[in-house]
Amino acid sequence: MNAAELAGQPTGPAVSAVAVRDLQVEIASTGTSVISDVSFELERGEILGVVGESGSGKTTVGLALLGHARPGLRIAGGSVLLGDRDILTLGEEQRQRLRGSVVSYVPQDPASSLNPALRVGLQLREVIEAHSRDRGSNHSERIAEMMREVALPDDRAFLKRYPHELSGGQQQRIGLAMAFANRPRLIVLDEPTTGLDVTTQAHVLSTVRELATLHHVAALYVSHDLAVVATLARRVAVMYAGRVVELGRADELFESAGHPYTRRLIGAIPRLTGGRSLVGIPGHAQSPGSRPPGCSFAPRCSLRIAQCEVALPELRPIGPGHTVRCIRAELVISGQQSRVGDPIEMPAAGEEDLPALRIADVVATYGRNEVVHSVSLSLAAHECLALVGESGSGKTTIARAIAGLHRGWTGTISLGGAELQTAARHRSRDARRRIQYIFQNPYGSLNPRQTVGQIVEQPLRVFGVASGREADERVAEMLERVSLTAAYARRYPDQLSGGERQRVAIARALVCDPTVLVCDEVTSALDVSVQAAIVELLGNLQRELGLSMLFITHNLPLVRSVAQRVAVLSQGNIVEVGDVGQVLADPGQPYTRQLISDTPSLETAIADVGLGQPPADAAGR
Amino acid sequence: MSQVSDVAVPDAEVAPPPPVRGTSLLRRSLRLWRTRIGVALVGALVLLAIIGPYVAPYGPSTPVGVPNANPGGQAVLGTDYLGQDVLSRVLYGGRSMLVMAVLATALGLIAGAAIGLLAAYSRNALDDVLMRGMDVIMAFPQIMLALIAVAIIGPHAWVIVVAIALTTAPRIARVARGAAQPVVERDFIACSEAMGVPRWRILFGELLPNTLGPLMVEASLRMTYSIAVIAALAYLGLAPNPNGADWGTMIQQNQLVLAVQPWGAVAPIIAIALLTIGTGLIGDGIARTAAGIDRARGEA
Repeated sequence: MNAAELAGQPTGPAVSAVAVRDLQVEIASTGTSVISDVSFELERGEILGVVGESGSGKTTVGLALLGHARPGLRIAGGSVLLGDRDILTLGEEQRQRLRGSVVSYVPQDPASSLNPALRVGLQLREVIEAHSRDRGSNHSERIAEMMREVALPDDRAFLKRYPHELSGGQQQRIGLAMAFANRPRLIVLDEPTTGLDVTTQAHVLSTVRELATLHHVAALYVSHDLAVVATLARRVAVMYAGRVVELGRADELFESAGHPYTRRLIGAIPRLTGGRSLVGIPGHAQSPGSRPPGCSFAPRCSLRIAQCEVALPELRPIGPGHTVRCIRAELVISGQQSRVGDPIEMPAAGEEDLPALRIADVVATYGRNEVVHSVSLSLAAHECLALVGESGSGKTTIARAIAGLHRGWTGTISLGGAELQTAARHRSRDARRRIQYIFQNPYGSLNPRQTVGQIVEQPLRVFGVASGREADERVAEMLERVSLTAAYARRYPDQLSGGERQRVAIARALVCDPTVLVCDEVTSALDVSVQAAIVELLGNLQRELGLSMLFITHNLPLVRSVAQRVAVLSQGNIVEVGDVGQVLADPGQPYTRQLISDTPSLETAIADVGLGQPPADAAGR
Repeated sequence: MSQVSDVAVPDAEVAPPPPVRGTSLLRRSLRLWRTRIGVALVGALVLLAIIGPYVAPYGPSTPVGVPNANPGGQAVLGTDYLGQDVLSRVLYGGRSMLVMAVLATALGLIAGAAIGLLAAYSRNALDDVLMRGMDVIMAFPQIMLALIAVAIIGPHAWVIVVAIALTTAPRIARVARGAAQPVVERDFIACSEAMGVPRWRILFGELLPNTLGPLMVEASLRMTYSIAVIAALAYLGLAPNPNGADWGTMIQQNQLVLAVQPWGAVAPIIAIALLTIGTGLIGDGIARTAAGIDRARGEA
């Protein structure tokens, strides 16, 4: 490890809390490079955002900062200086002593990072005691202080709870309390808010910001969500295919990005203001081992010139503290070629009297709990209605009731005027055909034992629409429509990426010409750029085929890019319904207003003068 | 007709083969030496049972010399306690046992899989009723239930087959239910329900293919047990034909003279041992493949 030599060298005045130099991570068995040439510095109290799509290596970098490599990987070079100590040159035992005290980690899923069998108070105590010299001293006061810092109750009753008795947001706060407990020099946060609701997310984010500033802790915030990063971090590193492709101040990065990839990534983010179509990034990142010799992004780049494919571009400065790994950065910044989505012309909803789908006084229960209270909605023909709500608001239950998958409901759901039976099994074949459902998770909604062809053909067979050669043709045609090729028919789901799987699910839903399409959080399992592409596709198909679409999501900005009308659902009640533009710009209900203000967005983050500064109300939480 | 047959259907005339992919767990498991050895052992003994009667030097009950004669001369493996040729009886004796074991396991597999899948899919009281019923049967040791059945009805081949199938089914059912439970919760099942696919098609077209791995492992294990139970019954004198050539019967008949002429008992013991080791190895190979341990290729 050449890092050993580096550690011996004088590192200059220790201004930065953390300095990462030429970090290299490779696959242990083959030596294939996974992360290369990652360098950055962090000052005390600074939050650096690391963004990238899945597979870009952002988590690997985060873990390498703790001196850890996941099984099968190996840190092959570089240095991670914490003050004057290089964590990579230390022995495993010494590293262990540093973890939790000098460096700490907040994982993505708080539920799995807490021991379900131990009370939270005990787990907090363990963290303190593991790194404390005076064992006998009373840690209770310290624990109470930690709890207050993360805005949790500090009474004994709360500390005696088990992790499963806490909400997701509370669990993540416990995770934060543990990470900040010993006042580390560096904290690595790995998408800690991914599974949380926007409101909870906003609270957790402000807690992170406060604690980092208050205790002068440097933080590395890893996320795929640019909007979240923008609200939190002062500087952002954009990763692509294991390399940092752009590094700079957040506002500068978002307003004048110098790398085409950053541009496209920003273009893929749904905005709260101004309905623009989302533009996905065509193609996908190359996996380690098959990365091109030149710029990794070149195969997907519209600005590619011959030189791009010859040599790997160096990370070069294009402004104060702003570096870009692109030889055409100036051209990118000049901005003419940046493809930002065009404003969408939302077609007017059909003026027919009869709504395509009408839900009246639907009350749904799970066991003894009533989760949906008397909800009424109507979906006009050719209209896209977004149903927005936090998790637990009952939106999926409504969707499943419409599809006939949820048994416990009363009220009426009628399709084109005809009332529907509760269970799909009791509905007419035609009713089943006309309502199609796309599931949230494309990894669960495709039978792994069937080929794509068999999956897409299934509705044709079940509804007796087509068979044999005719069915094959319809399948091929449908696959083309969702921007796949007919050749995909012979593949199995596990050979597809998440976005491709969701396209297959869309093809299956549309192959029998439904009139109503229910999309249940169809993009929440996907990367931002893939999400943009899927939403683009769904929007186009909806307009072309004249579908009525119920688009369920927790992602408020996304609504802008697909729907004409929006219904806001809170705890099983519809609190507001209206045109998208009007509701988002001028919400009539406090709940909607809260939801919008909690939603991280690029505009507000950039508009907020204090990028990285806590907003005025944050201290109250 | 059924979706189960889809595996074989893909259009034959469309030339390019599907992307390289071990669709069959069995085929993939053959990369492991343990599976290959298992298949070789079972193959050899099945072959022996099938062609044995045609190549045997004597009939199963033909006296060829003095009782308990050592190997040599006319009898390659010597003679048994009645002066019959040991080799010929070994060659004749595998068929009935194998047929019964295969039938019993297959019956148990079909019944058990159906019950287990139905229980997992129903997610209601039916689940409890079915599985508690299975628990009751499982409370009896396999051999005891078979003994009771044979004692009451008589040592007919069908009684033995049904009794073993009956005790095999609950064990298969448990595995099938356990494997199917997580699959039932997945969205592609909900998707089929929303389309109104009939229940039996969801069970056998969607659910079954996703539980085949554990089922195959369990089936090969059950096969091993079925062979053992049938051999044990025969050893206890409860073979369908008490005087016929049967490996289990042979052990019992010739065990008294082990010290004088061991082959009469040892030859069928070796046959049974190799057969059960073979089925065990196959099961183990499939299990390892299913668990993804097949990455250590060629490792026995």
